[in-house]
Amino acid sequence: MSIVQKTQPLVSVRELTVAFHGSRKASALNQVSFDLYPGEVLGLLGESGSGKSVTLRTLLKLHPKRTTRITGQITVDGQDVLALQGRALEQYRGGVASMVFQEPGLAFDPVYTVGQQITEAIRAHETISGTSARAQALQMLERVQIPQAKRRYDAYPHELSGGMRQRAMIALALACKPKLLLADEPTTALDATVQIQILLLLRELQRETGMAVIFVTHDIGAAVELSDRIAVMYAGRIVEENPVAAMLQAPRHPYSAGLLASSVSSHNRGKPLSAIPGSPPNLAALPAGCSFAPRCAAASAHCHTKTPPVVDIEGSRLACWHPLLSPALAA
Amino acid sequence: MSTHTFPKSQSPDRGGPAQPLLLVRDLKKYFPVRSSLFERGKKFVHAVDGISFSIAKGKTLGIVGESGCGKSTTARLIAKLMAPDSGSMIFDGEGVGEFGGLELKAFRRSLQMVFQDSFASLNPRLTILETIAYGPQAHGLSRVKANLRARQLLSRVGLEPDQFGSRYPHELSGGQRQRINIARALAFEPRLVILDEAVAALDKSVQAQVLNLLQELKAEHQLTYLFISHDLQVVHYICDEVMVMYLGQVVEIGPVEQVYAAAAHPYTKALLSAVPSMDPAHRTEHPPLVGDPPNPINPPAGCRFRERCPHAEAVCSVRSPILASYKSASPLENHLVACHMNDNSSGHSAAVAENAA
Repeated sequence: MSIVQKTQPLVSVRELTVAFHGSRKASALNQVSFDLYPGEVLGLLGESGSGKSVTLRTLLKLHPKRTTRITGQITVDGQDVLALQGRALEQYRGGVASMVFQEPGLAFDPVYTVGQQITEAIRAHETISGTSARAQALQMLERVQIPQAKRRYDAYPHELSGGMRQRAMIALALACKPKLLLADEPTTALDATVQIQILLLLRELQRETGMAVIFVTHDIGAAVELSDRIAVMYAGRIVEENPVAAMLQAPRHPYSAGLLASSVSSHNRGKPLSAIPGSPPNLAALPAGCSFAPRCAAASAHCHTKTPPVVDIEGSRLACWHPLLSPALAA
Repeated sequence: MSTHTFPKSQSPDRGGPAQPLLLVRDLKKYFPVRSSLFERGKKFVHAVDGISFSIAKGKTLGIVGESGCGKSTTARLIAKLMAPDSGSMIFDGEGVGEFGGLELKAFRRSLQMVFQDSFASLNPRLTILETIAYGPQAHGLSRVKANLRARQLLSRVGLEPDQFGSRYPHELSGGQRQRINIARALAFEPRLVILDEAVAALDKSVQAQVLNLLQELKAEHQLTYLFISHDLQVVHYICDEVMVMYLGQVVEIGPVEQVYAAAAHPYTKALLSAVPSMDPAHRTEHPPLVGDPPNPINPPAGCRFRERCPHAEAVCSVRSPILASYKSASPLENHLVACHMNDNSSGHSAAVAENAA
C-alpha cells in the first residue's frame, strides 16, 4: 500500500488535551499531536484507559461540553473542529468524518429498521428524494456484502447477527462518503472468523474510496492487518508512532516493546511470558514525569520528574528518555 | 497450605496416573425455545449435543469455537451448575453424583471455576478476604484457619493481604479482581479448575501476568485446567490438548502442536487461518469462512458444518460424521476428527482418493 504523502494533511491534531471534571475526574488526553494524510490508515493501539476512544470522540466533538475541558487544536479537512457549532457540526459529523462503534447493537436505534436509519442519514446530508435515498442505502448495504440486502433493508437491528450488524454500521458510516472514518474497536466483540471478514471489508472499502481511517484497537494483530502506521498510546499520550513494519521489528519505547513481547504466539509456548509488571496508572492522579516510569525497567530518577517530549526521528516519533536501541543502530 | 486440610480429607490421587482426571461421556443439553402459539413442534437449541472427552491429570485441555458453539454450556454442565439431559462423568475413577460414586459436595470441592466477568462473579458486599475465606468455611474449615488460608492465597496471587484484604471488589482493577477469583477457586484445594474465558476481558499486558500466574499455580498445586477461550493464540500458548467445537459437537480433538500444525477438519483449518497474520508484508487476503456461525436451533441433519464447508458433498447432508482417529501420514492415537473426508467408507470423493493413493 503506497502512502500518498500530500503536502496537506487531512487531519491535524495539535497539543490536544482533554480533561473530564464531572463526578469522576480524569485527565484523559495529554498533549496529543498527530497528522493523518488522505488515504492513510493510522492504528491507535493501547490498553483500556489509554485515551484511544477519547481521541476519536473528541474528533467528532462528542463529549458533553459541561464536564469536559478541551485545549489544543483539531483541523480536519481545513475546518477547525473544536469551533464547529450547530448546522456546520451536523454536516461535519457523517459528512466529513464518520464513526463505527464497537457495539453496533447499541449504536443503532432499536425501533427503526436498518434501512430507514441509513436513508435518514443520507437525507440529512443531501437534498434528495426519498426513493433515490432509499436506492443509495440499498446500494450501501450491498457494498458491505450483506447477503439479501433487499430483505435486510427492512430488518430491525436485533434481527441481524453481530457480524451483520457491524456491516450495517459500516454502511451507515459510509453512506455520506466521509473523507475520514473513525473505527472504534469495530471487531472486538466479534468471533475470530467474523473479525477477519470485517477487517478485510474495511481494507477493501478504504482502498476503493481512498478515505483516511483511524483504527482504534487493543489487538495488535488487527492493527497490523489494516494500518499503514501505528501509534501506541499510554495514559493519554502517544508514546511512539511508527510505520507498521518498523513498529513490529524494532519498537523503541519500552512500553511498545513490552506490549509486543507480552502477546502470546507459537514462539513462546511453554515459556513464561515477559509481562510488563504493574497496571496502568489512575488517570485522576497521573504520576509526575513519564507516566510509564513506575512500570519501566529502564526508568531513572530523571524519568520520574520530567515528562519526555515527543521527538521526531527518521519518520517515527518517540517520547522516551531511554529509548531501546534499534537493531540498525546497535549493529 | 497443606497444614490446614479439610476435616474430611480427600485422598489426593485415587485412580493412579493413568486414570484420566475427568472422563465425560455423551453429554447432552438441549434448551427449549419458547415458540409462538401457532407453531407446530417444539424447537430446541442444541447447545451441547453428545460430546465425549477426557482430561489427563496435570494437563490443560482447551476448548475453542465460535460463540454459540456450546463451550460455556459444556463448562457449566461439568461444574454441575446445570443438569445435563443425558451423559455421565467420571472424576478420577468415580462416577459423579451416582449411587456409590463421588458425592456432589466432594466433587464441587475438587472442581472450581473462574468466570470471564471478574466483577459479576464477586459478591460486592464481601471484602476480598471474606470472599476467599467463605468457601472453605462452608465446607467445614474453622474461621481462623480459613482466614489464614485466604491471606496466604492473597499474597500468592500477588496482592498484599494487609493492603487488599479489607477492600471491596469495586475498589480493584480488572486484573486484580481476576487474581481474587483465582485465589478463591484455589481456596478449596481443587484438582480441576475450569477457566471460562478467564483472561478474555483483560488488557494484553495484564493478561500476560495472569497467564504466567496460572502456569505457576498449576505447577505448585498439581492442577488440571479446562481452559475455554475464543482466543486461539492463548489456547496455543497455554494448552496441552485442544478440542474444537462446532454447534454443540466436537469436530476435532488432539494435542495442541499436532492440531495447530496439521489441522484435519476443514472448520479447524478455517478457524486457525482467521488469526491475523502479524506480518504487514503478508496480510490475509481472503476470509477463510464466509457468513456467521449458524443458528443452533434445530440444526440440520448430517454434518453441521456442511453449509460453510468448501468440501461438502452429498454424503455430508445425509450422515453425520463420527469422531475417529485422524488417518494421516503419522497417525496419533489421540488426534480425533469428525469428518467424512477422514472416513474411507463414507463415499466422500476426497476420502476415496486418499484411500487409492
